[in-house]
Amino acid sequence: MNAIVAEGLVKIYGKGKAQVRAVDGVDLAVAQGTVLGLLGPNGAGKTTTVRMLATLLRPDSGRASVGGHDVVRDAQAVRSIIGLSGQYAAVDENLTGRENLVLFARLYRLGAADARRRADTLLEQFGLTDAADRVVKTYSGGMRRRLDLASALIGTPRILFMDEPTTGLDPRSRLGMWDVIRGLVKEGTTLLLTTQYLEEADELADRIAVVDHGRIIARGTADELKKQVGGERIEVVVDQRDAIDHAVAILRRDADGEPTVDRHTRRITSPVNGGAQRLIQVVRDFDEAGIKIDDIALRRPTLDDVFLALTGHAAVEKPAGEEAA
Amino acid sequence: MTQALGDTLLIAGRNLRRVPRIPELAIFAILQSIMFVLLFAFVFGGAIPLPDGGSYREFLMPGIFAQNIAFASVITAIGMTDDLNKGILDRFRSLPMARSAVIAGRTVSDLVYNAGILVVLMASGFVVDWRVHTGIGEFLAGVGLLLLFAFAMAWIGVWLGLNVPTVEVGQQVSFLVVFPITFLSNAFVPPQTLPPLLRTFAEWNPVSALTAATRQLWGNPNPFAAPGFPAEHPIELTIIWTAVLILIFAPLAIRKYQSISR
Repeated sequence: MNAIVAEGLVKIYGKGKAQVRAVDGVDLAVAQGTVLGLLGPNGAGKTTTVRMLATLLRPDSGRASVGGHDVVRDAQAVRSIIGLSGQYAAVDENLTGRENLVLFARLYRLGAADARRRADTLLEQFGLTDAADRVVKTYSGGMRRRLDLASALIGTPRILFMDEPTTGLDPRSRLGMWDVIRGLVKEGTTLLLTTQYLEEADELADRIAVVDHGRIIARGTADELKKQVGGERIEVVVDQRDAIDHAVAILRRDADGEPTVDRHTRRITSPVNGGAQRLIQVVRDFDEAGIKIDDIALRRPTLDDVFLALTGHAAVEKPAGEEAA
Repeated sequence: MTQALGDTLLIAGRNLRRVPRIPELAIFAILQSIMFVLLFAFVFGGAIPLPDGGSYREFLMPGIFAQNIAFASVITAIGMTDDLNKGILDRFRSLPMARSAVIAGRTVSDLVYNAGILVVLMASGFVVDWRVHTGIGEFLAGVGLLLLFAFAMAWIGVWLGLNVPTVEVGQQVSFLVVFPITFLSNAFVPPQTLPPLLRTFAEWNPVSALTAATRQLWGNPNPFAAPGFPAEHPIELTIIWTAVLILIFAPLAIRKYQSISR
């Protein structure tokens, strides 16, 4: 059964010539207990899509249902089974962490005692117990984000929307957030997550939908998408032009595909599976063969690569505004 | 219905809890009012004779109260814009709570906040020799009128707050509304001293009505330029104004809140 369904969702901002179709006919289906990653650059329409599904925004056309409830006609029923965690941590920075959670729990119809218990559980679960009675203003970005997610989970939602859960976080906090998200998914929560990072979608999502200019331009599993783009590759720039042929021979052996050569810049690129371990092998073999290299790098496909491959244009940021909030 | 009421009180409680966390807001609001008391009582007051005699300071204090109540809509607007821009309204809107509770809670908490400010102002009025010359009933009726008007102003504040892009703009716009209605009134000067056109405005102005109503209730000097409805029925006029403002701005605010589409 599909927990989230969207058919032909459209949201238009502005009037007349300034009109922007922020979301332009998005279809989605997320099976119960699975994770869909909505991948796209700033301004692609990810946030707007999530806001429509989470009942914050009325679609201009199309329909959507969450947990079997229509997001427009049955909005209140949708609200009682979803959790929403935004990219701008929507918690009250002048309240303490505990006060925030208790307030949201009470608004979720929990009694005073139950609300306090629920808040304590979540504070514990998200490692915020020590900071529980501090005003949120004093929290770090990672703590704030965790509190925001805890707030989204206050009603033990079956379906969770996370809008760029790790944007702006340092790498360590990001890994921590990933762990938390994986834990939730293991418990059977259906998750729709938006991200600008292919790596993140890859780590967390069962299926990925790539969004550009309000439309879904590709969908599939991470592997399927990467295959379209080409996976990781090794890029080598050799010091001498006459070393190129020898280098190509080594790469043919060590890497996993036919190398492409740019003789002018002395750059050889070769697809590779197995990442850093292979890179070390290549460096070793080059060294043994006495080939001097100017530069060597392992390149993973980025969102830019996916975009380039899918659309023929780079993932350009639209002016901020429609994606804000 | 009980759900809406419960949620309203939860939101109001949340708003009030924030007040001591940002003490600057309340402290400067109070200091500003006290500054007005001192400025008019000791600086301008001497140059403003009342037509029928009487103490200028007793004349002044009801005006100061009304002015502060009107200015309180600025605080409401700031609170609303802040909630909107910080994304906390999104959180509320994604919860299965009563939708009316967020703005109703705001008007309720600001009512309590205004009552607090009023207590401080009355104390400072007492220090500069303002007195209530009637009974406790009239005193409470006057306070009731002030709070009723505060409630109406809060709805204007909510509507304004939801319509402006930033807190700063909200502040500017609300001052633009609040300044003329408080200064083109009988709050600081007897309306007799104004040119005829402004005099008419000043006499019908809701802040004037409120000021005159409380002066009348408390036995403070209450000069009027000409007989007429505002002079003879300031209490009724205040109640009419309050009802009109709420009837206009509450639906506008609610509609705006429901159609927030950011």
